[in-house]
Amino acid sequence: MTEMAHSATRAALRHHFDDLNQQHAAGTLGMWVFLVTEIMFFGGLFAAYAIYRSLYLTGFEAGSRLLDIKLGAINTAVLIASSLTMALAVHAAQTSSRKALIVFLILTMILGGVFLGIKYVEYHHKWETQLVPGLRFSPGTEIPQKISLAQVELFFCFYFFMTALHATHMVVGIGILAALVVMAARNRFSANYFAPVEVSGLYWHFVDIIWIFLFPLLYLIGGRY
Amino acid sequence: MSHHVVPVPIYVGVFAALILLTALTTWVAFIDLGAMNTVVALTIAVTKMILVILFFMHVRYSDGLTRIVILAGFFWLAILIALTLSDFLTRHWSPLPSGWSESAARPGM
Amino acid sequence: MSTTAADIPASSRVHYLNVNYGIKSWLLTTDHKRIALLYLASITLMFFVGGAFAVLMRIHLISPQGTLVQPETYNKLFTMHGVIMIFFFLIPSIPAVLGNFLVPMMIGARDLAFPRINLLSWYLYIIGAAISMYAILAGGVDTGWTFYTPYSTTYSNTYVIPTILGAFVAGFSSILTGLNFIVTIHKMRAPGLTWFRMPLFLWAMYATSIIMILGTPVVAITLSLVAIERVLHVGIFDPALGGDPLLFQHLFWFYSHPAVYIMILPGMGVVSEVITCFSRKRIFGYTFVAFSSLAIAVLGFLVWGHHMFVTGQSIYAGLIFSVLSFMVAIPSAIKVFNWTATLYKGSISYSAPMLYAFGFIGLFTMGGLTGLFLASLATDVHLNGTYFIVAHFHYIMVGGAVMAYLGGIHFWWPKITGRLYPDTWARFAALVIFIGFNLTFFPQFMLGYLGMPRRYAVYPDEFQVLNVMSSAGASILGVGYLIPLIYLIWSMRYGPVASANPWGAKGLEWETPSPPPTENFEETPRVTRGAYAYAGEEDAHD
Repeated sequence: MTEMAHSATRAALRHHFDDLNQQHAAGTLGMWVFLVTEIMFFGGLFAAYAIYRSLYLTGFEAGSRLLDIKLGAINTAVLIASSLTMALAVHAAQTSSRKALIVFLILTMILGGVFLGIKYVEYHHKWETQLVPGLRFSPGTEIPQKISLAQVELFFCFYFFMTALHATHMVVGIGILAALVVMAARNRFSANYFAPVEVSGLYWHFVDIIWIFLFPLLYLIGGRY
Repeated sequence: MSHHVVPVPIYVGVFAALILLTALTTWVAFIDLGAMNTVVALTIAVTKMILVILFFMHVRYSDGLTRIVILAGFFWLAILIALTLSDFLTRHWSPLPSGWSESAARPGM
Repeated sequence: MSTTAADIPASSRVHYLNVNYGIKSWLLTTDHKRIALLYLASITLMFFVGGAFAVLMRIHLISPQGTLVQPETYNKLFTMHGVIMIFFFLIPSIPAVLGNFLVPMMIGARDLAFPRINLLSWYLYIIGAAISMYAILAGGVDTGWTFYTPYSTTYSNTYVIPTILGAFVAGFSSILTGLNFIVTIHKMRAPGLTWFRMPLFLWAMYATSIIMILGTPVVAITLSLVAIERVLHVGIFDPALGGDPLLFQHLFWFYSHPAVYIMILPGMGVVSEVITCFSRKRIFGYTFVAFSSLAIAVLGFLVWGHHMFVTGQSIYAGLIFSVLSFMVAIPSAIKVFNWTATLYKGSISYSAPMLYAFGFIGLFTMGGLTGLFLASLATDVHLNGTYFIVAHFHYIMVGGAVMAYLGGIHFWWPKITGRLYPDTWARFAALVIFIGFNLTFFPQFMLGYLGMPRRYAVYPDEFQVLNVMSSAGASILGVGYLIPLIYLIWSMRYGPVASANPWGAKGLEWETPSPPPTENFEETPRVTRGAYAYAGEEDAHD
């Protein structure tokens, strides 16, 4: 390792840790514990959603059918691709490949941006078709007569809150990746010190996993047959 | 703490599997399997999650503490859902007081 | 004998308090010890704000028709008393003050795993407290600290959302503290410090942290749903629009029951430390006490439905929750037995911390036993919603948690400040608090048993005598709390200088000077024996 890399690595060691291994282990465990809190945070919403779905299946199915399954599936693929590029970014950091690291981080950010763009398109469409609970909710003939509008509105409450919370996490994630790009450009990462990249990767994959569940639960229960 | 470097072909393979599973679950949504639709969709989602956790998040190569932490998270979520459901699913096991109508007893619209 | 750093008088030694001066050095510190003091000041302030509401309530309740405030105002008083005492005093108290100060020291580390996140945690607390104070000053909130729907979502015309926001932000402060402790205890123990050589205070902090990180996020998201419903007028929890108020209660109590264990477990950790030191004896049944902390953390998550026995919950779910609630009493009882056995044939000294520990054991036991009446479905039907419940939880929270907090503050005061407090005043205050507490809350058991409902601004005449007794007790209790405030502040400047280990206690924190240097230890300690190796014991084995 070059002299510059040595001193960069030494500078990365915080004073209260004995060595970089301990620091890395603490950082990784810290991120996993944080992700567990996120499991419980989203989990409360999933629990409420599960209960109301079991009570109001017809209304929830009707609401689900009004979501654009194509855009949902595309978004799922986009996020999965972004997880691939994130994993490759971590790989680049682990192998001291600075250029590849920056490229993959930026690709991940772009894919995240695409996801958010598609989400915006979906939200805008829901606004136009008056399917936003509380603010602008008056669906027309797209809901069959016998189905309770209140149930459909409840479905859309969950749709908007869960996807908006998820999107907020994505925005934060993109911000974190931007910070990593700056640090990588300043040559802060190497095979000896890449913990921030790895730990950010864990966060990014977690946000992907949330969507992996949101997609079937929101888009695929519509009985589209 | 293992600093295991996962080979790139494994990442690409997992990616391909995840895309395939996404296509599969979307396709199945258009087939009427009754109650099994939900089961299939969730099974596929769980499978995708496990692939992301094991390979993208390196848990396949991680120590026991990491695995316990993850399992604890899911276990606690299961407690929340299971015990709350135990209320909702058993509310109608008790007979209603006389004079109450069935529809008044169910929450709903 | 050579002079160690511990023998050099504090005034000529550099330690964490005098290493630098100025407000920036405090507001931007990452030293866990300074952050602990920042918390100490903040939560003391919030304690007296919450206490002020209690004083107003007890004055109001002296007469059956309540002449001090309007009923609408009374609703705000008990709500804000609860919100402040729970979210801004009890939940942070021991973990944020004593935990932050002691966890790295007991572990043999230089700081917590994430010092900057520790500081962030304090700022989140301050922001949450500020938002809640705004809600109070702007006009208050009257939903009860439990925010039951649909009143909180649809009908209340008070400052619900700012209060929720304040609690939400404070919740994240709590989560970050717990996260920090868990990682620190797993990854930063000194060489030789195995899990079963750790002092029991660390086991208590670890168990508390587990509850903090698993429970708090759920109440955070639940309160967010209440806020959304309030703003958008949608029907998540409002039955008129198809929502289920019981779903709110399930999600709310999923956190709020384990929250009471967040409030008591740290106190139990303090008691374990104090009892061993002032009996000069190793704790009896170390392993049982350690595992009972974990058992309380786990079982505590399985019992929340006992708050909902009479709300329309399925009776079969009620059955399950009732059985589990009986089970959760067992690990607490195990602790009480072990503390008692530790005292047996010990060399006991009645210092102020020890008096607080005795108070804890007696009062917590009473509070816990009365919990069994409430865990039993049949008796809960009569006692729920009465002053019996109020007395039950105040025996645990005040007779238990607050006394343990005060005991811990006194026990570690010399270490934290380098000064001794005046011993006679301290023991006198402990006695006044004990007497005032019992006079305040024992009559409330009787009031509840006789049927007086809680959260009521007026009551039937026949309950007046007991209410007056309770209010008289509250005035004594209030004086009792003021006394330590005065002499502890006084001691910081004028108290006798303390040595490294004025109590002769065992533990890594006592092997550094009082106050400790910023890095805690001159060199990383190596641990070769178990905790509590007091004289007369064979080497404390694991």
